[in-house]
Amino acid sequence: MLTNILEQLINGLRTGSIYALIALGYTMVYGIAKMINFAHGDIIMVGAYALYVAVALLHLPAIPAVIFTCVVCAVLGVIIERIAYKPLRNAPRLAVLITAIGVSYFLQSASLIIFKATPIPFQSIINVDSINIGGVTISGITIVTLVVTTISMIILTFFINKTKAGSAMRAVSEDMGAAQLVGINVNKTITMTFAIGSFLAAVAGILYICQYQSLKPTMGALPGIKAFVAAVLGGIGSIPGAMLGGIVLGIIESFSKAFISTELSDAIVFSVLVIVLLVRPSGFLGKKKSEKV
Amino acid sequence: MENLKKKFAGKKALTNLLFIVISYAIITFLLKGGILNRQYTSLLVPIAVNIILAVSLNLITGFLGELSLGHAGFMSIGAYVGALITINMDAPEVVELAIALIAGGAVAAFFGFIIGMPVLRLNGDYLAIVTLGFGEIIKSILISLEITNGAKGLQKIPLYTNYKSYTLVFILMAISVIAITNIVNSRHGRAICSIRDNSIATESIGINVSRFKVMAFVISAFFAGIAGVLYAHNVGILKPTTFDYNKSIEILVIVVLGGMGSIRGSIIAAVILTALPELLRGADDFRMLLYAVVLIIIMLFNHSKIKEGLYNNNTIGKLFGKKTDKKKVGE
Amino acid sequence: MALLEVNNLGISFGGLRAVDNFNITIEKGDLYGLIGPNGAGKTTVFNLLTGVYVPTDGSIVLDGVKLNGKPAHDICKCGMARTFQNIRLFDKMSVLDNVKTALHNQVKYSLLSSIIRTPAYFNAERNMDKKAIEILKVFGLDRICEYKASNLPYGMQRKLEIARALATNPKLLLLDEPAAGMNPTETQELMDMIRFIRDNFDIAVLLIEHDMNLVLGICEQLKVLDYGRIIAEGDPVKVVNDPRVITAYLGE
Repeated sequence: MLTNILEQLINGLRTGSIYALIALGYTMVYGIAKMINFAHGDIIMVGAYALYVAVALLHLPAIPAVIFTCVVCAVLGVIIERIAYKPLRNAPRLAVLITAIGVSYFLQSASLIIFKATPIPFQSIINVDSINIGGVTISGITIVTLVVTTISMIILTFFINKTKAGSAMRAVSEDMGAAQLVGINVNKTITMTFAIGSFLAAVAGILYICQYQSLKPTMGALPGIKAFVAAVLGGIGSIPGAMLGGIVLGIIESFSKAFISTELSDAIVFSVLVIVLLVRPSGFLGKKKSEKV
Repeated sequence: MENLKKKFAGKKALTNLLFIVISYAIITFLLKGGILNRQYTSLLVPIAVNIILAVSLNLITGFLGELSLGHAGFMSIGAYVGALITINMDAPEVVELAIALIAGGAVAAFFGFIIGMPVLRLNGDYLAIVTLGFGEIIKSILISLEITNGAKGLQKIPLYTNYKSYTLVFILMAISVIAITNIVNSRHGRAICSIRDNSIATESIGINVSRFKVMAFVISAFFAGIAGVLYAHNVGILKPTTFDYNKSIEILVIVVLGGMGSIRGSIIAAVILTALPELLRGADDFRMLLYAVVLIIIMLFNHSKIKEGLYNNNTIGKLFGKKTDKKKVGE
Repeated sequence: MALLEVNNLGISFGGLRAVDNFNITIEKGDLYGLIGPNGAGKTTVFNLLTGVYVPTDGSIVLDGVKLNGKPAHDICKCGMARTFQNIRLFDKMSVLDNVKTALHNQVKYSLLSSIIRTPAYFNAERNMDKKAIEILKVFGLDRICEYKASNLPYGMQRKLEIARALATNPKLLLLDEPAAGMNPTETQELMDMIRFIRDNFDIAVLLIEHDMNLVLGICEQLKVLDYGRIIAEGDPVKVVNDPRVITAYLGE
């Protein structure tokens, strides 16, 4: 029983850390551009297909293939921002949301046309042996996922808190107008945010596809929506919140799948979200905003 | 100073009634004259369903000013409740359908009440994600319940609202739209709109904001439930996955393109956006791509400077609907 | 008995005592002024009176009804209406609808009669139109009642906000810096209007204002607030010459 619980905990950590990586993209973009980037989940899908193209069609070795994937996604994120979101910077937020939905549809149908609807099997590029600690088996993919996400989060935290570009990002998310007044290039900062967010999504996409080993055009939607929930759970706009929210969500999901019901696991995840928001209306680590009368 | 136009509520209602009768006459003419082929006649009921869905969602999003991403959840409740009634009942068609509509609407409204409660504590994007969550919870519950036949869904639902009974569907749609329009143009509707514009001021003039927020959710859910019943008896089969958040977003897209807070806009956008995928059927794989591109272009165009130069209004709805006065009052 | 009786009102935000031991008695028909330097807690007093904040201690009694602890909308129903320092109109609604919304509790009909448009609906709406126009006339806004509220110039928006508050049929009207952003002519007009509504609508007025011309021109009594406490009160001319008040505004 105890080993089972431990194994589920590790499973939860693995999916949770992937959610956390995706949630970081949501939360960073939300913090800076105050928009829900509904197309973010589809960047994962693009990442997975890019990896497939690099490995299976271009026959690149693992490392260049990963770099190729990350670059493709980061560039795509920036292009999307330039074409679809930038012209709407001062538009009502709902207009931007609908545009993001349009971009999401666009990416899905474009990959449907290019790669067709039939799922494509994919051979994992991660070949690490599983290890056994006290009867608990941890698969190689789990180890790699945990290591990669931990490193990514440490680098991101360092970048945000210690570098000049990172403090520019924090300034823009606090107050875009004021940041502009003190000479921060807001456009450049937003572009950078999208690039970083999409880069992280690419990493998440690679880890995700090595786990599930099957590609289809709508594969990004579900992890995307879960990661969005994770970002809100942690307090949208908060970077540590996204990490925490992702991991909590992954663990809850893994436990409810193993011990309660697979069918009800989504319902449980969303119920937890609703309950958390009722107790803490802005998530675990979100800032509470009250209107001054 | 502009001379003040006196409002003639009666005259306005008459124009609307005329519009309804004329559109009904046109549909009947096209149908009886055999001008519409099968592909298009099969669209009549889905269009009516989407009109009810869009107009009812507009009450929450356009008039109350809260973003809801769970409208398909209310629709699914109406659809399942209605379908279970007509499958298990043995009564004349009219009686069965009437009971299904009332029960479907009422149960959906009850869920609207339950979901309306957290609305009181939350707002903005947090509220949006909670409505999305509720939609997904309802979907998962439909999958796991025995009475709803799980993931396989319900089959052999009597086809009470296929295109042959378009008159009935048309009347129900017209009633729904008129009811919501009338609510909006009443003291209750003004209270709901004032919450959108400034909830603190609304509270300060003696209006119970919580009460009207919940009321908007209940009314909106009721009509979404009705739309669900019509949908169920049009397609004959129900699957929980039909009502995921993509369906909710589809309805939201109709509302936003039609113009927030414009009922006529919602109607026109519902007609166009329901028919568009069918019109693009020849393009097959490319039709979703085209739909996406059209969506992005419309949003960009709506908020571009070119558009501002062309018109004084910014949505399809306003093109046909309300006049906006951009003019400022001189001092 | 006095119209409004406030005893020992106070509120703390964390460790900060924003308002402390605030007392005021307002009689029917009074024109009362509340002044003080920026950050003295004047608007906080308004927020306490109207239920935006729940007071930590003290009591508020309006016309014999205890108000503290009641939600803001109930307090309005008890006869207290207010305007806001930063104007809060219903921007997307017309001038007329702004006032009609405030008539919500004055003219009623059920949800059912609004859906099926019973005669009750038409009668009530006609009645509302009439009442709203009457109030708008006082402020000279009746001719532009079809305009969107956000399209009005600043001074008119302030007037519309007062008209809206008046439509709730209050016994006591709280005005938060009604003359802010107005030019001297407009301020003069506003002073006449405030006197007019006091006399014709049978209400008392409590106002916060920085414009001393307005304060000395219409207020019959004054309270001066500094750091959340009353430092002077009584006859306006005496109060503004009080050395404590001058110190509070200008420093030592």
